[in-house]
Amino acid sequence: MRSLILVASITVIVYIPNGLEKLITESEIRMMDRATSTPLIIGEKGSSTDLVINSLYFQNEKLDPVSMLEVDELNNLSFGYCVPMLTGFNARNYPIVGTTLDYMKFREMTLNEGNKITSLGDCMLGYNVAEALNLKTGDHIISSPESFFDFAGVYPLKMKITGILNPTNTPDDNAIFTDIKNTWIIMGIGHGHQDLADETDPTLVMDNKDGVVTATAKVFMYNEITEKNKDSFHFHGLQKDFPVSSMLFVPKDEKSLTILRGRFESGEIEAQAVVPQQVVRNLLNSIFRIKQIFDGVFIAVGFATLLIFVLIMTLTIRLRKDEINTLEIIGSSRFKVVEILTMEIAIMFIASLVLAFLLYLASGYYVNTFIEKFII
Amino acid sequence: MLNIKELYFNYPQSDFQLQIDQLEFQKGKTHALIGPSGSGKTTLLNLIAGISIPQKGNIIYKNIEINRLSESERRAFRISKIGFVFQDFKLINYLSVFENIMLPYRINTRLKSDPQINDRISTLSEYAGISKYLSKYPKHLSQGERQRVAICRALVTQPELVLADEPTGNLDPKNKKKILELLFKYCREKNTTLITVTHDHELLPDFDEVIDFSKLLVEDAT
Repeated sequence: MRSLILVASITVIVYIPNGLEKLITESEIRMMDRATSTPLIIGEKGSSTDLVINSLYFQNEKLDPVSMLEVDELNNLSFGYCVPMLTGFNARNYPIVGTTLDYMKFREMTLNEGNKITSLGDCMLGYNVAEALNLKTGDHIISSPESFFDFAGVYPLKMKITGILNPTNTPDDNAIFTDIKNTWIIMGIGHGHQDLADETDPTLVMDNKDGVVTATAKVFMYNEITEKNKDSFHFHGLQKDFPVSSMLFVPKDEKSLTILRGRFESGEIEAQAVVPQQVVRNLLNSIFRIKQIFDGVFIAVGFATLLIFVLIMTLTIRLRKDEINTLEIIGSSRFKVVEILTMEIAIMFIASLVLAFLLYLASGYYVNTFIEKFII
Repeated sequence: MLNIKELYFNYPQSDFQLQIDQLEFQKGKTHALIGPSGSGKTTLLNLIAGISIPQKGNIIYKNIEINRLSESERRAFRISKIGFVFQDFKLINYLSVFENIMLPYRINTRLKSDPQINDRISTLSEYAGISKYLSKYPKHLSQGERQRVAICRALVTQPELVLADEPTGNLDPKNKKKILELLFKYCREKNTTLITVTHDHELLPDFDEVIDFSKLLVEDAT
């Protein structure tokens, strides 16, 4: 038991600084890769960190939306193209990302099985989502109500899975991708229901004047878009006013990017444009400052452990005095006694180092979890 | 076979002193050392084994002057020629019975080339009646069984000389008899010399020779 506790202590002391170092280094590489591959993120003014984290990692923090009008206006500038994203919804605890097929093109995502989304109500699953939920092409997934107290805004939508994406080792593996129109339906901006044009039942129709029907709450709303009911789905209002959480901007060249950023900075365009690389770098710098504190703590703890180890070994030798004496009386050489004790210490150290190394290797598998739980 | 001549030994900063003019132990005989506590019986065993060195005199075993050997030579002499049995057994609790018996081979590379070791442990453990306990640990054994394990450990190297320091001191009368019988049987079969320190006077008739320390010691050591 004494040896096991010692092995465990040494393992923890050796592993934690190294494992943390690996996790932070790997996290930095992955986060910077993701950030560097995204030239510009545009969203409503506010926290640039929230905007970047939400757009790159699909975290649930609600952003103040911009509108589709701004997407269209940016596209009309001909500096590149915008990929709108609407996030904030989940299905079985995985984020739903409403976007366009341009997102797939921009992220160079490919299909592992099935097809891209083609119709309203379709979705594609990130590789890890499909694995974790054991879903395949042709299955369905239902969006979760955002809140039990938000009945008016969020409707469960049963989406058909048309494809499973290949793994990318990025947050895309843990997301569900659908057309942005589906997320508007989930928000309640669009919906489908039974045809009321010729309906006279007063429990269903409150008013019908000049073809404008005012329905009651009793009207049956569809929660799945099928071939049969897809024509009944419609949106209320103008698309240009519909919300978008953020947009990824893909410039056609460096010059276009510079000009566009200049327009944002001069206030000519009201929204916020951030370079993810800069935001993530600032975020990581804060983490590194904290890590330096941890490093100091671990050195102190490691030194204390070393002292405790020496103390335990000294006490052990004292407690084993009779045993050592017996070995010497029988005829063991002093060298052999030292060898036995040294071997025991060496075995404990080696066992600890092997365990710490295995944990170190295993740390690589938890980088994404580490990023999600501790960095963003 | 083993001669002690004009021996003088004392512990530093102690009044204790041991002085023996002449003492001889015959090969293949069983010897009992008796005498009052503190008279130097255990000290004599330590001197014979080369654990302690006399200030004067000689301890000669088959023409080897033990007291003139170096530390490492005395250890080698001990492990190759002597088997030790202790009152408190001195078994190592985290080793199994088999590993305890095997201990001399583990701690001294000079003994490692013995190919019959496993057969000998098997035979010895049968002989001592502990063969079914080989995979058990000392804490699972009775006092008598532990002493048998200690005896097997002492005999496994086929020593020429067995030194037993009150081997029956912690045992009940029934086990005392059995343990001594075991030692006698082995030593007589293998023509091994046995020197035993004992306070059990009822066991003395079984020994070939009884050496009374109270009569042996030189009164005026100065």
